[in-house]
Parts: sequence; structure tokens; C-alpha cells
Amino acid sequence: MDSQATVVMPQEKVKSSIAKKKQRKKDILAYIAVYLSATLAVALLVGIISYVLFKGARVVNISFLTHVTSFLDGTVGIAGNIVNTLYLIVMTMVIATPIGVGAAVYLNEYAKPGKLVSIIEFAIETLAGIPSIIFGLFGMVFFGATFGLGYSLWTGALTMVLMVLPLVTKNTKEALKTVPDSYRVGAIGLGTGKWHMIRTILLPSAMPGIITGVILAIGRIVGESAALLFTAGSAKILPASFNDLLEKTMQSGGTLTIQLYLSMSKGEYDIAFGIAVVLLVIVLEINILTKVLANKFDLNKKAK
Amino acid sequence: MEKQTKIKVRNLDLFYGANHALKNVNMDIKEKSVTAFIGPSGCGKSTFLKTLNRMNDLVDSVKIDGLVELDNENIYGEDVDTTLLRKKIGMVFQQPNPFPMSIYDNIAYGPRVHGIKDKNKLDRIVEESLRGAAIFDEVKDRLKKSALGLSGGQQQRICIARALAVQPDVLLMDEPTSALDPISTAKIEELMDELKKKYTVVVVTHNMQQAVRVSDETAFFLVGEMVEFNRTKDLFAYPKDKRTEDYITGRFG
Repeated sequence: MDSQATVVMPQEKVKSSIAKKKQRKKDILAYIAVYLSATLAVALLVGIISYVLFKGARVVNISFLTHVTSFLDGTVGIAGNIVNTLYLIVMTMVIATPIGVGAAVYLNEYAKPGKLVSIIEFAIETLAGIPSIIFGLFGMVFFGATFGLGYSLWTGALTMVLMVLPLVTKNTKEALKTVPDSYRVGAIGLGTGKWHMIRTILLPSAMPGIITGVILAIGRIVGESAALLFTAGSAKILPASFNDLLEKTMQSGGTLTIQLYLSMSKGEYDIAFGIAVVLLVIVLEINILTKVLANKFDLNKKAK
Repeated sequence: MEKQTKIKVRNLDLFYGANHALKNVNMDIKEKSVTAFIGPSGCGKSTFLKTLNRMNDLVDSVKIDGLVELDNENIYGEDVDTTLLRKKIGMVFQQPNPFPMSIYDNIAYGPRVHGIKDKNKLDRIVEESLRGAAIFDEVKDRLKKSALGLSGGQQQRICIARALAVQPDVLLMDEPTSALDPISTAKIEELMDELKKKYTVVVVTHNMQQAVRVSDETAFFLVGEMVEFNRTKDLFAYPKDKRTEDYITGRFG
């Protein structure tokens, strides 16, 4: 039956004009729907940011940024928390970057594709999706109690290392994957050893991806609270002197987000919003920095 | 005067897993000459080229039987250092593949790998290599600029210069002009004529006219078999094998 129908078709075909422009109802509806969604998404974001800025901007001033809250001196400030955040970033990344990059190089350049590699990759993906409070629990018990590091920046940093490793590894690995094979065979064809080739060609080419991973990891550290509360603790004093800089790593130190949490729980909303403004600015800067650095190190763009 | 044999291949078989990609290949490649490999896609000519500097080692499932000798040394011998082998047998690829660094650093890459650090010496090698690849005049004012900014034809000559910089004996070229325009192709072909005065050149090409123009000897490959190997003039004028004749007269491929 069907085949008959198609055979008769040509005879029944009427000439149709293409000059019949009309707006289809579904098109218009769909347009309105997606337009509203986009507006809503942007409006929410702008709304939150302006609300936080409105509430918090007047709290933020030089004194707020350079003093530590103290009842004795009558000062209110987050200098200690800013310093602790910096400590945690540096301590975490100094450990996480080489391990993460190393793991990515192994997975992409040395390991033979197969079951083991898939398992490792799956583990890394899973690690990235674990709720951070679980890292906090593990960090507190393992680094804090078993290692005896207690509530300290080291306990917090080592916990964060576990959390950000997947970010660094994954970004580096993706970046290595995009390095053309022609670079690899080109270098090997000149009699280059594998490690030399990786060091001189692959890692420089993958640099934008590595930097992206590192900066995303820093963003994660800045934004983390659950995993830090019971590992790095919540102390907010500054290192007493230059000589105490190293000693500080063995002491408890609360980051900005921890202080934000504590201020909220104590009902100090002014301070909480002030910290929120500082955090927003930091996150914005991190995002800009990512773009700028990734561009700067992009060897392909240098050609132009 | 008869030229010496540079590379001797005897009873070479190569398998990719279960696929018998090269079947009992025998060949003597003469020094300071251009040898061309022709044949349809997938005939094994590129695979054979890569066995000559062991680039196939990078592929996991490859198994190789037979003998390949460079200057009477077995290149698949147990104590062979592939780094040194590839220093002696350089390679130029189908797609120009300069590294994402300056022209100077591209050329100096090989010599640096092999331990040359002296600035003056490197300067000299870079200039000589670029001259050897007939591109020095075009790039001498922009040696510190990225090699990726050059045209495809220039990039390919940079890659040739990069291969020359480690002072190889043999230069393997895997369809070096197939990604280039006719003018760049002509320049590379001219260059091959120059190169063979100092180097043994082996070139894989899709283009039979190119084989006729540049090579002294030609080998015709078909589904993993080396069908015929002869002086280029003779192979194209008086093919001995029916399959060679069919191919060069354009009946297939």
C-alpha cells in the first residue's frame, strides 16, 4: 500500500509557493520561554550579587581588612582569616600541583590504556563528586588524630589536597589529550627521550590547562567550609611575628568561609555580609586571572 | 661508480596484531641517493618507512620479524639505543609539525637533546640547518618568533631543517608535500636534489610524477608486498610486473 502511495505522488503534486511567510505559534512560544529563562537566570545572579554588595559593602574598609576581631582592642576585622586562606592555598597547591600533574602525565603518556587506567580514571571522577564533609571527616580522623596534627592548617591543607587533586589531574589530563600527536612523534623522531619530550614539549603546550586546573582548585579552597571546619579549625589570630610564620602551619586557622559561617551562627550578619563581599571579589579575581594566565601561556596564540 | 648500500632489509615481516602489514620485504637502499616508495593508500609504504627508524615501536601491537641493517648494524639488535638510531635516521612527517616554540628553538631542539649547549655552536648549527633546508633567507630576521606563524610550506622546510640539525645520515620523508601547495612542493623537491649530495633520502609519495622527478630508485608496494624495486627510469619505462604497470598507467589506485 505504502509503495503505491509513493508512486502516485508525483501526479498529485501541486505547485506550491514559498511566499507564504507566517509566524508559527510554537516558535513564538518557545522563544518567549527561553528568553524568560535566560532573563531569570541573569536576574537571579545580579540580584544575589547586588544584595550582598548592598548589605556588605559598607562593612568593608581598610580597618576591616587589616585588623583581627578583638574584644580587648575593640577591633573588628578579618585579616587573620585572609592570611589563613592564603596559607591554605599555598600549602595545598604546593603539594597538590606536582602530584596532580604527575598523575595526569602517567595516565596520559605512560599507562597503557586498559582496565587499570579506567579504574583510576573512574576513581578520580568519583573523588571529585564526594560531598566535602566526608573529606572533612576523613581529614579530621586521619590527619588530625592518627597523624596527630590536630586542628591545624596542615590538617586542613592535606584534606584539601585530597579534594583538589581530581581537579588538577583532570584538567591536566584533558590538556595533554589536546596536544597533537605530531609533537610527540616529531620529538621522538629527533631522538628525544620520553621524559625530555614531556618536559620540553608536552607540559609547556598543556600549560593553559594546568593553570586552569590549579586556579579552579584555588577557587575550591577559597570556597570550601565543610571540609575545613573540623580540620583547619577556626582560629583567627595572625602569626605573632615573622619567626612564627612556619609555626603557624601547625596551629589552627579559620579561612574566610569558616569565619562567615561562625559570624552567621552568632547572628553577626554585618560581618557575614562583609566577608561575603570579600569572597565575591576574590572569586571574580580568580576567574579573571584564569582567563588572563591561560591566554598568556597559550603557545598557539603566541604565533599570531 | 656503484654507490654503497646504506640500509639493508632482509625478509622483513610486520604484523599489526593479526594483520600482516608487510610481507617478506627485501631491499638495499643506496647511500646519497633518493629512494621513493609508491603505492596505493594502505599498501604499507609508510609502515615500512617507519620500521627504518623504529617509529613503529610506539605502536603497542606491532610485531616485527626480519633484518634491518644500517651500515651493517642491526637496528633491531638488543643493545640498540633508539635515541642514537633516530639521531642517525631523521624523519620528516606528512603534516608539518613544528613545535610551538620559536624558529630558533625548533632547530636547536635536537642538538640540545643530544647535549650541545654552547651558544655559538648552536647558532652555527641553526644557520647551517636552515640554509640546508633552503629557508634561511626567508626566516633569518624572525628566528625568535614562533614557528607556528609560518606558512605550511615554510613550516615543512623548518621541519626538514630541524631534522638536519642533528646531523643525520639518512632522512626519511613521509609524504612530505601532500599537505602543501604546488609552489612549496616544487621547493621541497628541489631541496631533495640538494639533500641527496650529503644524505641518504627515502621518500614516501602518493604522487608518481614526484617519484619520477626526485628519485633515483623506486619501490612499488601493494597490500604489504614490495612488488617491484628498480631504478626509477626503468621502473616507470619498463615495469617488469603486470601490477606495477597497471598502477603506473593509472588502472587502479
